[in-house]
Amino acid sequence: MSETNPHPTEAKPGQVAAAASAGEPYLVVDDLTVKFPTADGLVHAVSNLSYSVELGKTLGIVGESGSGKSVSSMAVLGLHDERSAQISGSIRVDGKDVVGLSDAQMRRMRGNTVAMIFQDALAALHPFYRVGAQLAEAYRIHHPSASRKEARKRAVEMLDRVGIPEPQSRVDDFPHQFSGGMRQRVMIAMGLINDPSLLIADEPTTALDVTVQAQILDLLQDLQREFNSAIIMITHDLGVIAEMADDVLVMYSGRAVEYGPCKEILTHPEMPYTWGLLSSVPDVSSDPNARMIPIPGTPPSLLHPPKGCAFEARCTHSDKVGGDLCATTLPDMRAGGRGQTHLKRCHLPDPDAIFTAEVLPQIAPELAASESNQSSEES
Amino acid sequence: MSEHTSFEEQVAQTHAANVLDPDAPAVLTVDNLRMYFPVKSGGVVRRRIGDVQAVDGVSFEVPRGGSVGLVGESGCGKSTTGRLITRLYKPTGGSMKFGEHDQDLATISDKEMKPLRREVQMIFQDPYSSLNPRHTVGTIVGTPLRVHDVVPKKQTLSRVQELLEVVGLNPEHYNRYPNEFSGGQRQRIGIARALALQPKLMVADEPVSALDVSIQAQVINLMQDLQREFDIAFLFIAHDLAIVRHFCPEVAVMYLGKIVEIGDRESIYSGAHHPYTQALLSAVPDIKQATTGERRERIRLTGDVPSPINPPSGCRFRTRCPIAQEICAKHEPPLLQIGKRHKVACHFPGRINQPPSSPITAGLLGVDAQGSPDPGASPSSDLTDQPGYADTWFDLDSKSFGRA
Repeated sequence: MSETNPHPTEAKPGQVAAAASAGEPYLVVDDLTVKFPTADGLVHAVSNLSYSVELGKTLGIVGESGSGKSVSSMAVLGLHDERSAQISGSIRVDGKDVVGLSDAQMRRMRGNTVAMIFQDALAALHPFYRVGAQLAEAYRIHHPSASRKEARKRAVEMLDRVGIPEPQSRVDDFPHQFSGGMRQRVMIAMGLINDPSLLIADEPTTALDVTVQAQILDLLQDLQREFNSAIIMITHDLGVIAEMADDVLVMYSGRAVEYGPCKEILTHPEMPYTWGLLSSVPDVSSDPNARMIPIPGTPPSLLHPPKGCAFEARCTHSDKVGGDLCATTLPDMRAGGRGQTHLKRCHLPDPDAIFTAEVLPQIAPELAASESNQSSEES
Repeated sequence: MSEHTSFEEQVAQTHAANVLDPDAPAVLTVDNLRMYFPVKSGGVVRRRIGDVQAVDGVSFEVPRGGSVGLVGESGCGKSTTGRLITRLYKPTGGSMKFGEHDQDLATISDKEMKPLRREVQMIFQDPYSSLNPRHTVGTIVGTPLRVHDVVPKKQTLSRVQELLEVVGLNPEHYNRYPNEFSGGQRQRIGIARALALQPKLMVADEPVSALDVSIQAQVINLMQDLQREFDIAFLFIAHDLAIVRHFCPEVAVMYLGKIVEIGDRESIYSGAHHPYTQALLSAVPDIKQATTGERRERIRLTGDVPSPINPPSGCRFRTRCPIAQEICAKHEPPLLQIGKRHKVACHFPGRINQPPSSPITAGLLGVDAQGSPDPGASPSSDLTDQPGYADTWFDLDSKSFGRA
């Protein structure tokens, strides 16, 4: 990074996680910036992004399309072409910086210690090759001494582990012979065949039915328990995040806007964009009279990111901040009143009070009522 | 946005969930609708070797100005049902009575269908592929007006601009192309096009599933506004159970071409009696339950949906059903009304983990508990599969027909 850290007060994710366990987490993304030069100008896809994931833990990344969630995780795998992407900052996997690694070094890591599950399994699997051959290929590339027979045995074993019935015969099927959920299982088997320590799942269940989604989420949780791998779960479904993630990172317009433990973020969000996300999705168990409050407008262009807070133009609470601070100054990512692990990028003085008093009664009337009862009992 | 709205203004513009009007007359009555797609053999003589029973005997009513949700896994026939109602397919059997004159959309000729197309419109799932990229928005929204000769040619443009304003787009943008709009805006264009002919019934096939979450609510609220303002009935096809709950006071759950449970919002979401509905609801990841720690037990459905070419005998859900018994393979459960506005097609309907010990339908079908013919009993004459709801229904506690 050529510029020095502009926000000295910003808490580093490394410090946050290091408080829990000594030593650095398995994956540390530090001040990552990804820009793409285009004919129209420089696209600021990811700006100053920092997060970390420990082994055995799941980080959920939420945000709408174009918020940089996929771009940032593709950078972890070194999937950006260095001719078309300008990457700065550092990404440390197991203590080793992977930004600027050569293609050969990157290839050794990719699919071996770090693997990815893609959203569209039909597009990610090759239609001409049997799934067994594709699985075996992934294994033999990282185990050059393994024979074809061993690789095939390993492929069958993985299909069995992800719950595909009759793996001995299904291993010779083509991708189109599998249903959507089964194909996603094949993708997961391929991602896990080399026992990766870090698994990046990019919208792994978005294209699936809820019943199949539940099966896949259960499977990922079981496998995580077995292999103690770190998982990054990219999704726009807050329900999936709530069930799967230990930590949540909310992204907006290429930046982290809120970061902290999952339960904390979902019950006491402090950033109006997170409030907006929570209020715009209905919940099957919530009060049917709860309102669905959309976020007005659309995200800003990444070609000309605004000078101040990127969410300012859509924010319905910026009138509570004095002057035009929101429009002129980008807020730092810093801890608010709810502990050092909960970071947010917002100028609002007392967000928790605003959330409890204004937002919660609209989106979850019964929860707000029980909470005010509790507080009145306490006082 | 150039101007700032405050949070209070923002909330004031939103809507609570749609409410049910129990007395509204039906605008569409679907009775025993069937759609079989032929499966042909390979080779020179392509013989018909079977049928994909995509929709097999579906009956329901859409009340005027109301909305009915159709939910189910992919391949359950919910989209086919929507396409049958808009007559993009001609059904194999059954009837679809529409409008004041009860015209049957299933048997009507294409010529007679044309005026009716004004009244039944469709909103498509994918706002990227459902708009012609080479046409301007003005042409896209104006074409239905021209085809059906709704307004004089000179007034087409002003009407298009009115429509764009109604759906919350800038009327000055009529000469732009679809690629200049975001996903949410494109879906608004699709809605404006469907609205142009002032339809009585809109079939919305997954209208928001291709949109970002923050945009979904905008489009849902827009559809609620339009529904209230123009008294449009909606058949809302979606797989997102939470959105369907918000939009539809009445919901039908489909499985493999059949409706397995239908009822008002309360009956389906808080009192589901069919094991499939229960499994479907328990599979939805839920923010609140995950954060408060009251995790309900997830009912795991194993395996995949069976092939609709060769559906299982008896109840189609029995191969994946956690409570299936012998009778389920022998007899198909009738869609039995068990509440004021609640019907379920199951031999063992009950709350989660509390199914009845013996099949409640055995007596009605004239068979014993194992499903074998019972010489002492005859099928009940009370069993009718009519669309809509009767005044009397089968009471699960007393195991007899009557008013509650």
